Amino acid sequence: MNRRGFLSGAALFGTVAGVGGGLALAGCAVPEDTIPSRGGALRLGMTGGSTSDSLDPRTFVDWVPINIGYQIMNGLVEIDAQGNAVPELFQSWEAQPGAIEWTFKIRRDVVFHNGKTLDADDVVYSINLHRGNTTSAAQGAVENILDVRKLDLTQVRITLRGGDAELPATLADYRLLVAPDGFTDWANPIGTGAYKLETFEPGVRCITTKAGSYWKPDAGHVEAIEVLVINDAVARVNALISGQVDIINRIDGRTADLLKRNKHFQVIRSQTGQYAVFAMNCESDLYGNNDIRLALKYAIDRERIIKTVLNGYGVAGNDQPIPRTSPYYNTDLGQRLYDPDRARFHLKKAGKGGLDVTLQVSEAAFSGAVDAAVLYQAAATGAGVTLNVKREPADGYWSSVWMRAPFCASYSDGRITVDGALSKAYKSTSTANDSRWRRPDFDKMANEARAELDPSKRKALYAECQRMIHDDAGALIPMFMDHIEAGTSKVQGWKPSAIFDFMGQRIGEKVWLAS
Amino acid sequence: MGRLNWRGSMSRLLVQRAGLGLLTLVAISALLFFGTNMLPGDVAAALLGQQATPEALHNIREALGLNQPAWWRYLRWLSGVLHGDFGVSLASGRSVAGALMPRLGNTLVLALLAGVISVPLAVGLGVASAMREGGIFDRLTSILSLMSISVPEFFIGYVLVVVFAANLGWLPSLAMINPGMSLGERLAAITLPVMTLVLVVLAHMLRMTRSSLLSVMSTPYIEMAFLKGLNRSTVVLRHALPNAAAPIIAVIALNLGYLVVGVVVVEVVFVYPGAGQLMVDSVAKRDLPLVQACGLVFAATYVGLNTIADMVAILVNPRLKIPR
Repeated sequence: MNRRGFLSGAALFGTVAGVGGGLALAGCAVPEDTIPSRGGALRLGMTGGSTSDSLDPRTFVDWVPINIGYQIMNGLVEIDAQGNAVPELFQSWEAQPGAIEWTFKIRRDVVFHNGKTLDADDVVYSINLHRGNTTSAAQGAVENILDVRKLDLTQVRITLRGGDAELPATLADYRLLVAPDGFTDWANPIGTGAYKLETFEPGVRCITTKAGSYWKPDAGHVEAIEVLVINDAVARVNALISGQVDIINRIDGRTADLLKRNKHFQVIRSQTGQYAVFAMNCESDLYGNNDIRLALKYAIDRERIIKTVLNGYGVAGNDQPIPRTSPYYNTDLGQRLYDPDRARFHLKKAGKGGLDVTLQVSEAAFSGAVDAAVLYQAAATGAGVTLNVKREPADGYWSSVWMRAPFCASYSDGRITVDGALSKAYKSTSTANDSRWRRPDFDKMANEARAELDPSKRKALYAECQRMIHDDAGALIPMFMDHIEAGTSKVQGWKPSAIFDFMGQRIGEKVWLAS
Repeated sequence: MGRLNWRGSMSRLLVQRAGLGLLTLVAISALLFFGTNMLPGDVAAALLGQQATPEALHNIREALGLNQPAWWRYLRWLSGVLHGDFGVSLASGRSVAGALMPRLGNTLVLALLAGVISVPLAVGLGVASAMREGGIFDRLTSILSLMSISVPEFFIGYVLVVVFAANLGWLPSLAMINPGMSLGERLAAITLPVMTLVLVVLAHMLRMTRSSLLSVMSTPYIEMAFLKGLNRSTVVLRHALPNAAAPIIAVIALNLGYLVVGVVVVEVVFVYPGAGQLMVDSVAKRDLPLVQACGLVFAATYVGLNTIADMVAILVNPRLKIPR
């Protein structure tokens, strides 16, 4: 018995069993106050924090510091609940034809916690933190930026290396937060956000309190926010049930189903484009053959994995990274199904009677990866493929297995833009191209689409990009995985996210507590 | 004469132990350093994860001096420690002492409370069972202590959470303590982890007390004491216990050491910000200075407790005071 397995068996049984059959559905269980009430302290129980966390946006790779970052600071552009790029500190923008030169207008009368008024110098400084000779994790995200220049106090011009019609969405990156020009004291970050830092114990907890009046009229409702780092899934659920936190992130499907039965809790489910992938190295002898890749893609039973591993909280992947929720999703591609006959057909075409391969997996790749691989193994047997599942330790997985093993599990968070998803792992130059799939014609088409300002033309080009990946690439994408979060019914104004979870990690300034 | 000899043997033992302890610590620091170095990846890769670009990796390694050979970094670290400087955390840039001390304080509070409750309880119950060997009380403590030692500690923790936090709602399931809390709130917060730890270490000490007492009880001089007409409690407490004490004390020291260094699972279950969690975090991030500092503190705890145990064993056992 392992600790996680014990969770749903006992911890929840003990509590949920006693409560009668209140029927709760995600998001709509709680009648919402129309007027947000102010005040109160919001307590978030989160996984994704460690003792090495820092509030320097250049170091942001995990969810706790990112969430705290958004409490204290603002981004340049925000992604709304529908997934559109909407103004934040950038009030409006305009692109020259070709989408290489962009002019951004900066919001006026926004004041930092130290009393300074926001201007173009702050914005230029904050973007440049991630450019050039930097340790920033966002370096890859902004490498397309050639130059950032101040035009006057309220305008900046951004010049790109290659056109990007969706630059505003690209600039919604969670590391592009705005600090005052020349700011370096990241132990005491200063921003334009609704909250200011009170205490920060890395990997333990963080408290922020309301920083006077906030420039966003409909945000910053609660008086204080406390983030408690609870990396253990069972402990997180226990903390919610025993009333020590108001909201928790990252729960699994089984727990979600149990919590939904209790009317004191609500469960929010978001489809954000986060996907699981089994990556095949296209530069290896075996996986270099597309018939082998196709055989393996037909030998997996996606629906079964979603039902068993995710408890239904997911959508089948179609071996390309753009989710159904995207307006650019290619609807003409048929869904690839479990088809042992076609798998055998492709094996025969590759000159093989059977196939013996090893898939290296770890829970570090995505939660449930080992179970998914074992289910894949069972299905593959029916297609004449012997799939050996090799379980790797989670520690060091990203440096010793991923990008090294010829066939291994990985994942990707949802990306704000289609280009973000394609650049991450499918362009020849991508540092995270874990299937080593390199096609110059694909790169060319993806870059052409990125620079295309006409939406319908862009959509057609991106549809073709998806087809190329679906037909040829080394990424077996079995499923898109929902983000599930849960909280007490006291929390109001809480909606599913279009990107990441916790309302794009801006939940702190958006929700309020019913009085 | 005998008194003097005893003092001499005590101080010789202390010096010997201190020297051996220091050697052990240096060996452990080397093992930890090179062991952690053998793990795949380094702090730069651990920090950037999937999003690493080669340039950013290079810049971090350059800034932290990771491009220098491992033995050179180890020697530099060692000379720093000898000068009382534990360095700064590679991952966060904060001082190692500043990161470790509050965590260590939390761990010691938890261990101390659990120790203060469990040691007298275990020895008392052990003596009581030995006195009533084969009786209902003895059998009951036997069964219960065996049960609590046979299940993993996280299981005990979760059962306590289900009962006391989720169902009854008496105690918090999170054991987070912070400076703003009153003493009462702090005690309430750490009650469940302390209970868990007490249950985990109780059985081992209890059973050792019982069995070493019983083995002494079967010796001729105890029979003699009974024949002299002494009652059972006098025989057990005054005649048997001092001679049975050495193994009991050794087991107590082991368990106290465990309470300080081995409770990371309990820390995770109750989200208690202790030193064990800090060390696990640091290993995952390949943050060598922090790993080293935690390792040294843990090793020093074991060495220190065992030395104390040896000395206490000599103190309570009259025969060991006079060398033959």
